[in-house]
Amino acid sequence: MKEITANMAGSVWKVLVQEGEQVEIDQDVVILESMKMEIPIATEDDGIVKEIKVKEGDFVNEGDVLVTLE
Amino acid sequence: MTYVDVLQERIKQIKKGGKEKYHQRNAEKGKLFARKRLELLFDDGVDVEDAFFANCMDDELPSDGVVTGIGKVNGQDVCVMANDSTVKAGSWGKRTVEKILRIQETAMKLEIPMLYLVDSAGARITDQIEMFPGRRGAGRIFHNQIKMSGRVPQVCLLFGPSAAGGAYIPAFCDIVVMVEGNASMYLGSPRMAEKVIGEKVTLEEMGGARMHCTVSGCGDVLAKTEEEAIDYARKYLTYFPANFRHKPPVLEGKAIKEMEKSITDIIPVNQNAPFNMYHLIDKLIDEDSFLEIKKRFAPELITGLARLNGQTIGIIANQPRVKGGVLFPDSADKSAKFVQLCDAFNIPLLFLVDVPGFMIGTQVERQGIIRHGAKMLATMSEATVPKISVIVRKAYGAGLYAMAGPAFEPDACLALPTAQIAVMGPEAAVNAVYANKIAELPEEERSEFVKEKQEEYRNDIDIYRLASDMVVDAVVDPNHLREELIKRYRVYHHKNVTFTERKHGVYPV
Repeated sequence: MKEITANMAGSVWKVLVQEGEQVEIDQDVVILESMKMEIPIATEDDGIVKEIKVKEGDFVNEGDVLVTLE
Repeated sequence: MTYVDVLQERIKQIKKGGKEKYHQRNAEKGKLFARKRLELLFDDGVDVEDAFFANCMDDELPSDGVVTGIGKVNGQDVCVMANDSTVKAGSWGKRTVEKILRIQETAMKLEIPMLYLVDSAGARITDQIEMFPGRRGAGRIFHNQIKMSGRVPQVCLLFGPSAAGGAYIPAFCDIVVMVEGNASMYLGSPRMAEKVIGEKVTLEEMGGARMHCTVSGCGDVLAKTEEEAIDYARKYLTYFPANFRHKPPVLEGKAIKEMEKSITDIIPVNQNAPFNMYHLIDKLIDEDSFLEIKKRFAPELITGLARLNGQTIGIIANQPRVKGGVLFPDSADKSAKFVQLCDAFNIPLLFLVDVPGFMIGTQVERQGIIRHGAKMLATMSEATVPKISVIVRKAYGAGLYAMAGPAFEPDACLALPTAQIAVMGPEAAVNAVYANKIAELPEEERSEFVKEKQEEYRNDIDIYRLASDMVVDAVVDPNHLREELIKRYRVYHHKNVTFTERKHGVYPV
């Protein structure tokens, strides 16, 4: 199982994938909003989305898991 | 045998380095023999080698485990020390240290670059009294490095371990290239960490090349092979003069890389939307001239050498695609070292600004973001080389300052029509000023009110208004930015100023 984590503190603006969806390396899976900026978070691996750990509007800290892949 | 034969036989033996089994062991790890590395590094091999016979009374210690000499790289003489890890794992004895000191002193005397090809287990404990504590002990190597820093380029190629005190050789170099899988830096080995502090960790995790190039920032460039590392060093030196007295060599200019998109296509008008800053860099510089430094470390800020119409420049650019281009303690530190490097060797600076500011919040305050940010401001402020800032989009708060804003004596602060200079962005500003008012309004009126106030704010910070107030020196057509920069650097080329008179400043380091 691979984890996709937030690279900085902020709130979840958009979740771009659904559980069970196939994703490819470098694909944006979540967009955070921080410092008034859109922060795209891309996956560093190919895989299938196992679980989405956050919902839109959630506050996340750097290192928090957003999405898990299998 | 004549005495000449005796000499030749001794030379032959010493040139072989350590025992065959150690050569084999190195080869299995993809490690080249020290003399082979020098062959690849130099245009035509080592021209001058000193203390070849060091420790020749001991058959086990050819050249005392280090090769020191001078050869040409791209036609320029450079001094080199290269550890030979087939000789007692490249460990340092008394003569090893003395050889390193002498080649450093030669580099200072001749004012030519100094390269360190490091692959050493560290101090030879059996020799410690002779090589560790004294006036000509290993500490002097670092003292010399510090004295040389900024006078001549110092480059470290890390092919193997650089352990304990030895890890300060890379630390004091301008740039450190590490070969993945073999290079490592650490003060105490994993074995020692387990014994002394009870931590169980692998060498790769604790001090490996990838870790240092992405997390600690002690490494600048991650190379796959030794050949790649050596190529990088040869290319790197083409951007530099031999010492601080000269300007970098100017090559023949080249056109930009062919791309379909124009600059206006690349830069989104929405200030909050990300774009890839590398594309803008490509639109400005000579094709294939970008040599990035610390690509993997703090990627929200890009630093690298490039050529603009053949002339070396140093680029510091916010990367909106990563972390929104926000500045963090690591990005500030990265900028500070890079700006020092460029200023030391007369390389003009270009700041490409698209920055929402420094990161806020508990985590970064605890890391001392103010202290690290101060380093970024101080080095940029002190830099006396030609210095141009281009406000690409937003430049908010201290972000404007750190990226060579108008107050820091850039030779020019240019704005693209998409530039937005302010203490903070419209969204944040309206929230800050009208928070109480917004809360009092009935909910259905709020968004209209906020929109209206944001629009007012945008008009207030309109870039033409700032141009009218001469905050920026020019508003430039993005599609002619390259030509504008070429012209300006040509003019500022004659700049010759001293920052201030004193011994040195006393701000965060």
